[in-house]
Amino acid sequence: MAEPALSIRDLTKVYGNGFQALKGIDLDVAEGDFFALLGPNGAGKSTTLGVVCSLVQKTAGRVTIFGIDIDRDFARAKYHLGVVPQEVNFNQFEKVIDIVLAQAGYYGMPRREALPRAEQLLRDLGLWDKRNGSARMLSGGMKRRLMIARALMHRPRLLILDEPTAGVDIELRRSMWEYMRRINREEGTTIILTTHYLEEAESLCRNVAIINHGEIIRNTSVRDLLAELDTETFLLDLAHPVAEVPTIEGFEVRQVDSAQLAVVVRRGQRMNDIFTALGEQGIEVVSMRNRANRLEEMFVSMVEQGNSDKAAAEALEARA
Amino acid sequence: MSPTQIAIALWTLVHKETKRFTRIWPQTLLPPSITMTMYFIIFGSLIGSRIGEMDGFSYMDFIVPGLIMMAVITNSYSNVASSFFSNKFQRSIEEMMVSPMPNWVILCGFVLGGMARGLGVGVIVTLVSLFFTRISLVHPLLTVGVVVLTAALFSIGGFINALLADKFDDISIVPTFILTPLTYLGGVFYSISLLPNFWQGVSMLNPILYMVNVFRYGFLGVSDIPVVWALAAIVAFIAVLFTIALWMLEHGKGIRS
Repeated sequence: MAEPALSIRDLTKVYGNGFQALKGIDLDVAEGDFFALLGPNGAGKSTTLGVVCSLVQKTAGRVTIFGIDIDRDFARAKYHLGVVPQEVNFNQFEKVIDIVLAQAGYYGMPRREALPRAEQLLRDLGLWDKRNGSARMLSGGMKRRLMIARALMHRPRLLILDEPTAGVDIELRRSMWEYMRRINREEGTTIILTTHYLEEAESLCRNVAIINHGEIIRNTSVRDLLAELDTETFLLDLAHPVAEVPTIEGFEVRQVDSAQLAVVVRRGQRMNDIFTALGEQGIEVVSMRNRANRLEEMFVSMVEQGNSDKAAAEALEARA
Repeated sequence: MSPTQIAIALWTLVHKETKRFTRIWPQTLLPPSITMTMYFIIFGSLIGSRIGEMDGFSYMDFIVPGLIMMAVITNSYSNVASSFFSNKFQRSIEEMMVSPMPNWVILCGFVLGGMARGLGVGVIVTLVSLFFTRISLVHPLLTVGVVVLTAALFSIGGFINALLADKFDDISIVPTFILTPLTYLGGVFYSISLLPNFWQGVSMLNPILYMVNVFRYGFLGVSDIPVVWALAAIVAFIAVLFTIALWMLEHGKGIRS
């Protein structure tokens, strides 16, 4: 059986101030996977990836990258790893081409190999025309693409993307998605993604882990997770404003504004019943859409459940 | 990494560091040249002519080696301190940390970059001094050897300072409050034989005194202290500081959380 691209066992991180960011997490990411690591701010996503990339020192636990234990031979493991961090981390006064060539040099790649590779990546990511310009002159989206190009210079088998599309406009985000799909599909690059755009995870990833308060609270396929979703909220735009919230037998209805209703639909309920009930009350619906994407609803409910469990545990502990 | 890959990584870092200070030459190479020219004019020509001889040499000839060494020390130190701290501040140090490049290569890359600037400024100051006096080298090999070792020592010092620094102020404290006084009191402008015995003893605790004196010995053939001792002290300092800097890097001091 092939070694997983990333295997984490009992990973613990306690910062100097005593804050326990990771509480013994286990995680496996198979080779070739497109994997999402989701969680609210401060949940432990970046700490986990920081340990894998050697930017954060773990307190305990074991991490292997394609079977290579980072405690035994981190240098060899790093050859397989490409990292796109959350925040810009290149010298903004350097030229674009110099940034990617320097990264190749740090991996010991000769210049005769690095130059064509840099050209290919910068062309693919729409940065070739900017190669001789200072990196600080790039737009936010271009800076993110530059970090992707830099991370791919040494042809890593595992690419870690920490919120790669944060602050990027929709059009650019979708072109970046397409590029990521392509390198995952055509080059077999395993991709681990953290994101706040859950639509991104739903659209791109096959498997997902949700982390909260330093613990993995769910690790499954995106498909299985969505199958568990038992409620969806639909927004109905009305032809005319209504003064009162209409009643629909068996459905929870809220008024968003005078001409928009939010209706919660549970698994097994029929949409026709909503339209029939509204029709009987003389209310005409002109359009309908999901309030949020499905994974987002699942994510929010899991995190909220986790938070309320934690609050209850803390209350019990305080009483004891 | 294979030896070839290590050589490529080291060259990449040294090239990047050298390119950095040459790109901003009005901030890095020009100011020391102007400052040292002022020293030569004011202390060497104007005041020096009234001071007379120092250790049997004209005052100008006496201060030239010290001023070259002062420029090498301050520029080697400040180059690495500011460059490495900028990398920390902009987080571009992460580019190196996520790569398989060994820590000793990172350390050597920055140190060689600092040495390149320190020695480059040293050459510029030497060329400037030729407008004021004729330079003769009594022990050329020793002169070159000691200036290279001194540049290495202070580059490592700058690296440790940058590792420990949390803000830009932290990389100016050591040069301002420690390095500059030690350099001025390190026999650049006077022979310690002019001092009372007690202050001569105190001066012997100043490591920069040893470097300036050996360097001056290479130029003029005179030194306040035994040359072998001074060379041994410089090499020992380099070994100790290099070990400390490497240990700090290996343990992620100042760069890993």
